[in-house]
Amino acid sequence: MGAMEPVETATAYQKLGEVAETEATATKIAAPTVIEELLIEEISIDGMCGVY
Amino acid sequence: MSADALVSQLKQGLDAPICLTWEITYACNLQCVHCLSSSGVRDPRELSTAQAKAVLDELRDLQVFYINIGGGEPMIRKDFFEILEHAEHNNIGVKFSTNGTYIDAENAKRLAEMNYLDVQISIDGTDAATNDAVRGAGSFAVALRAMNHLRDANFGPFKISVVVTRHNVDQLDQFKALADSYGAQLRITRLRPSGRGVDSWNELHPTQAQQRQIYNWLLAHGDNVLTGDSFFHLNALGESLPGLNMCGAGRVVCLIDPIGDVYACPFVIHDQFKAGSIFDEGGFTSVWRDSKLFLSLREPESAGACTSCGNYDSCQGGCMAAKFFTGLPLDGPDPECVIGAGEALLQSTRISLIPKPAMDHSRSVRLNAPTSVSVR
Amino acid sequence: MTVNATAVTLDSACELHPQVALRPEPFGALAYHYGNRKLIFLKHPDVVAVVRDLAQHATLADALIASGVHRDRWPSFVTAISALQSSEVVRVR
Repeated sequence: MGAMEPVETATAYQKLGEVAETEATATKIAAPTVIEELLIEEISIDGMCGVY
Repeated sequence: MSADALVSQLKQGLDAPICLTWEITYACNLQCVHCLSSSGVRDPRELSTAQAKAVLDELRDLQVFYINIGGGEPMIRKDFFEILEHAEHNNIGVKFSTNGTYIDAENAKRLAEMNYLDVQISIDGTDAATNDAVRGAGSFAVALRAMNHLRDANFGPFKISVVVTRHNVDQLDQFKALADSYGAQLRITRLRPSGRGVDSWNELHPTQAQQRQIYNWLLAHGDNVLTGDSFFHLNALGESLPGLNMCGAGRVVCLIDPIGDVYACPFVIHDQFKAGSIFDEGGFTSVWRDSKLFLSLREPESAGACTSCGNYDSCQGGCMAAKFFTGLPLDGPDPECVIGAGEALLQSTRISLIPKPAMDHSRSVRLNAPTSVSVR
Repeated sequence: MTVNATAVTLDSACELHPQVALRPEPFGALAYHYGNRKLIFLKHPDVVAVVRDLAQHATLADALIASGVHRDRWPSFVTAISALQSSEVVRVR
C-alpha cells in the first residue's frame, strides 16, 4: 500500500545530524525543550540518476 | 525530515523535473559502439529552432533550473549557439555533452563568454587505443584538442565524462589525473545496454570483480568525482555512495528527444517508456504531470523477486534500463546485481526477447565492440 | 567549502543570495544557485518562509519571530541558515 520504510543507513557524507525530536516529560518544573530538525539538504545537481 | 524521507518524497514525483536531458539531434559525426541513443543520421522530424526555443520557454515557466543538452552531437546543429543563448536569457542553466569535434579556438572563446554553462567532454579511455576502440579512430585526439581550446580560452572548470567499461576500469586513477591536469571535474557513469549499447553489452560491461573495484575506488577517491548517481546498484556492497541513490526516471528527471518525444530517461528510448510528446495537448507540462507512464513510475515500487533480499533497500533493484534491455523482468535483480542474482537469472531462464530500441539512427558502417584492447 | 567570513547568529542581518532561485515544492522548496550550481532542498515550509523573507528583517531572530517559529526550533534554524551561508545561498548583508 504505502512505500516501504527505507532502512536508515549512516553515511560518511551526512552533513547534518540525525533527526531527533525530544519532548519535555510532564513534570512540575517544565524542562527546556529543544527540537532538532534537519531543515536543509544539499545534493549535487549531477546527483540524479537518469541524466547525461 | 530525514534523508530517507526526502527520497521517499521525490519518488512520488514533483510538479516539474529537477533536471532533465534534452537530446537536440540524432545526427552525430562519430559512431561510438555503445551510443545510448543509436545516433548517427539526423531525423527529418527534428525540432526546428522555433520549436526548440518553445521547449526552453516551457521549461522556464516550469522553473527547471538546469538541463543537460546532448544528442547525437549537439554542436552539429547550426542553431546550437542560438539555442544556448536562448536558455541563458531564460535563466536555464545548461550542461551540454560533446565529443569535442566542434570546439575549436573560436567556439571555445564563445563558450567561455557565456553564463550558466557547463561543458562535458566525453572520453572512454586515457589513451587513444582504449578510447578509440569504443569511440572511433582519432576521437581521443579530437577530445583532447577540445580540452586544450577550453583551457586556452579560460573557460574555467569543465567536465570530463567517462562511461566505465571492462577495458577502462583500470584507468580510473589516470582519468582523475587527466581531469586534475586541466582543472576539470571527472565524471564516471555506468554503462547501460541502451541504444547500440545492447549489442556491445556482453563485451563491454564490467565484470563482477570490476564492479567491486569501481565501488571501492569511488569510496576511496570519489570525493570530487561525479557519478550522475548511476552506481547506486553497487550500494549493496557496503556504505552508500553519495547521491540520492534512486532511479530518477519519470520522478525527478526525464528525456526530451530530438523529435519532441518524452521518455522516462535517455537510457530507455523505447515505446514502453515513452510518456508522450511535447506536441500533445498541454505540452511537456501535461506529459510530466499527467502521463500514465510517469504516474505509474511514481507509484511505490515493488521489490518483486528481490523482496527477501536484505540488500534491496540499498540497491533498489538497480536500473530499469539495464533490466529491460537484457530481457530481465523489471521487478527483479539488475543484470549486474552484486550478489549475482541477475547473472543467475540470465543463465537460468531462456530470454526469448531482448527489446529493441524505438529507433535506430545509426549510420550503415558500424564499429565493432572491442573484446580486448592492446595498449602500447 | 566556503569559509564563513562572518558566522551567522541570531543577530545577523541576512539575505537570500541574488543568484538563487527558490521553487516551491510539497515538502518545502528547491533552492538553486546559478553561480555555483548548488542545489539545496529546503525540507520544511517554515525554513522556506524564513529564508525568503530574510532581507526584510533586521536580524535572523526577527525573521524567525515574523514567521512564527517557536524558540525551541531556533537552534536548528541557525544551523540551517549557517549551512546555507557556507553554500552561498544566504549571505550576511
